[in-house]
Amino acid sequence: MELKDKILSSYVAFENDMDMNSDIHEIRTKALENFEKLGFPTKKLEEWKYTSLNAVLKNDYSIFPNKEVFVDLADVKKYFIHDIDSYKVVFIDGKYNSFLSETTHETIDVCLMSAALTKPKYKIVIENYFNKIAKKDNLTSLNTAFAKEGAYIYIPKNVEVQKPIQIVHFTSGAEIATMMQPRNLIVVEENAHIQIIERHQSLNSNAVLSNVVTEVFVGRNATVDYYKIQNDNLNASLVDNTFIEQKTNSEVAVHTFSFGGNITRNNLNFYQRGEHINSILKGITIIEEKQHVDHHTLVHHIEPNCESHQDYKGIFDERSTGVFNGKVIVAKEAQKTNAYQQNNNILISDKSSVNAKPQLEIFADDVKCSHGCTVGQLDSDALFYMQQRGIPKKEGKALLMYAFANTVLDSVKIPEVKSRITKLIAQKLKVNIGFDL
Amino acid sequence: MILKINNLHSEVAGKSILKGLNIEVKAGEVHAIMGPNGAGKSTLANIIAGKEDYEVTQGTIELNGEDISELSPEERAHAGVFLSFQYPVEIPGVSVTNFIKTAINETRKARGLEDMPAKDMLQKIREKSELLEIDRKFLSRSLNEGFSGGEKKRNEIFQMAMLEPKLAILDETDSGLDIDALRIVANGVNKLKSKDNAVIVITHYQRLLDYIIPDFVHVLYDGKIVKSGDASLALELEAKGYDWIKQELENLV
Repeated sequence: MELKDKILSSYVAFENDMDMNSDIHEIRTKALENFEKLGFPTKKLEEWKYTSLNAVLKNDYSIFPNKEVFVDLADVKKYFIHDIDSYKVVFIDGKYNSFLSETTHETIDVCLMSAALTKPKYKIVIENYFNKIAKKDNLTSLNTAFAKEGAYIYIPKNVEVQKPIQIVHFTSGAEIATMMQPRNLIVVEENAHIQIIERHQSLNSNAVLSNVVTEVFVGRNATVDYYKIQNDNLNASLVDNTFIEQKTNSEVAVHTFSFGGNITRNNLNFYQRGEHINSILKGITIIEEKQHVDHHTLVHHIEPNCESHQDYKGIFDERSTGVFNGKVIVAKEAQKTNAYQQNNNILISDKSSVNAKPQLEIFADDVKCSHGCTVGQLDSDALFYMQQRGIPKKEGKALLMYAFANTVLDSVKIPEVKSRITKLIAQKLKVNIGFDL
Repeated sequence: MILKINNLHSEVAGKSILKGLNIEVKAGEVHAIMGPNGAGKSTLANIIAGKEDYEVTQGTIELNGEDISELSPEERAHAGVFLSFQYPVEIPGVSVTNFIKTAINETRKARGLEDMPAKDMLQKIREKSELLEIDRKFLSRSLNEGFSGGEKKRNEIFQMAMLEPKLAILDETDSGLDIDALRIVANGVNKLKSKDNAVIVITHYQRLLDYIIPDFVHVLYDGKIVKSGDASLALELEAKGYDWIKQELENLV
């Protein structure tokens, strides 16, 4: 049976476990119809021209992994930023794991989507926010149809959350192939501040396809500092659909670090609904073998006097491939917009490639929009300089790549995250330099 | 003998640059190589340091009696060659301190030594940065990023001081320096000079040689050393330019 048919036929069993009279059920059913109509994306779609899911979709995924899996903290500790005090919302095969988690209901809610979707206490927030900005495209619809579990974070106004929140979705690999539909909702009210670290990690080499949807609502004067660490094993693929709505004077930064995985597709969408908003989108991609990372960003400037800054760096070795598609829409009303976009790539191997496409649609006439895109090799003069100082070629190359990616690391605000990322970079570049990169 | 170059011929992209160059540099000596633009001065510096774009088609380069012409740039560095670059490279995110630590410890590793203890490293950094009048804050800045021309050159000589090479080649170190920076840099080089090492100063002008007094001055022209003399040759070149040398050569032919 084709995966699509398998998914459609499994919906009946899924909805039997749900409250069929709820509003959510209606949303889910509509989303399923949408997915049934649209199917999985193919390369015929402009948005998926350079990323093919065909090979990944051939796996015989289990849609609802059911085996009870025990995970030892010692085995998974390394996937957390464990040297900081933090809240944690942890899932294994889509099920909440209380042992690894540290949730809270004091002042703020850091808990579970399954609770938020069913308990009366959360009804108003869910009514106001759930599925309000998620697109109605094929994969987002698929996620919405099966939306059931994930992180639910609600920060009321004027609260500065003192410790970062880690959202970690593990896949145990107990099944030959596992498909996941994690659904996260994050609401940050006026003048509230949070930091989030998100990770998807499979625990063995069995195939995984995670199709994640995260909606983030950011009130006036609020700030969100969001880090996505993508360093999964080579049989795990990820489609990350993130939708962020910002109100006046808010600032949101999303840093995406893509080092692992088979196929990784990041659909990162910003909607600016207010003035003096700042949206920051940054990423470092370092991949090899036949890995593929696709960044599709959208910043929709809807109102005047807002800014957006994009800075994506990619390093591609062996047969790896990359895509950067940066779409910026400046609405007619969005005068005095300042939109900046930078995408730089280094191809280490002759067989690696990258497709980069800035896509600016500007309908206002008094704006500052710039974009720059480069695809090149490591600077041989710079490498010679390193070698002349006694630094071997391999380490010299690593230092240059680190320097190249540094503009992205510069704005990482959590030191422990920064040092973890630099360690991952050193690991990925297979070097051990005398200091923490 | 620190450096002995014998009948060196080289090409870059099929174009012949050096055409039978000979030079001998002994320990304790300072040599200046002067010459008009395009004579091959920087090529010579890069070839000694092992830059891969240049092909040596004939001749030998010996350092301390050993042929280094087949060694990689880092191996030559480990053997004691240092080149102060005309245009040092910027490396954002890597501090001056971390860069020099890496350079020193990689060199020690290649020589079969343990990493330099942190305390010794710190002491050495302090000592050498004082020598070059380098501010503490400067050391934590990203290597060469946003440095002025003078800061870049001073940083090159600081690295030279830290690495203590057998042979230091200063490629146009005076370009882009104001008189104060020039004095500091030259002063640094003079203090680093010893009976065990040697310095080659490549320059277009006499200016730097007022501060670093050479034992020998060579004129490089059309890929060959065409004239050698003592420090007074540099003064003569400064006064008369290079045309008289070209004239002399033509008369010879």
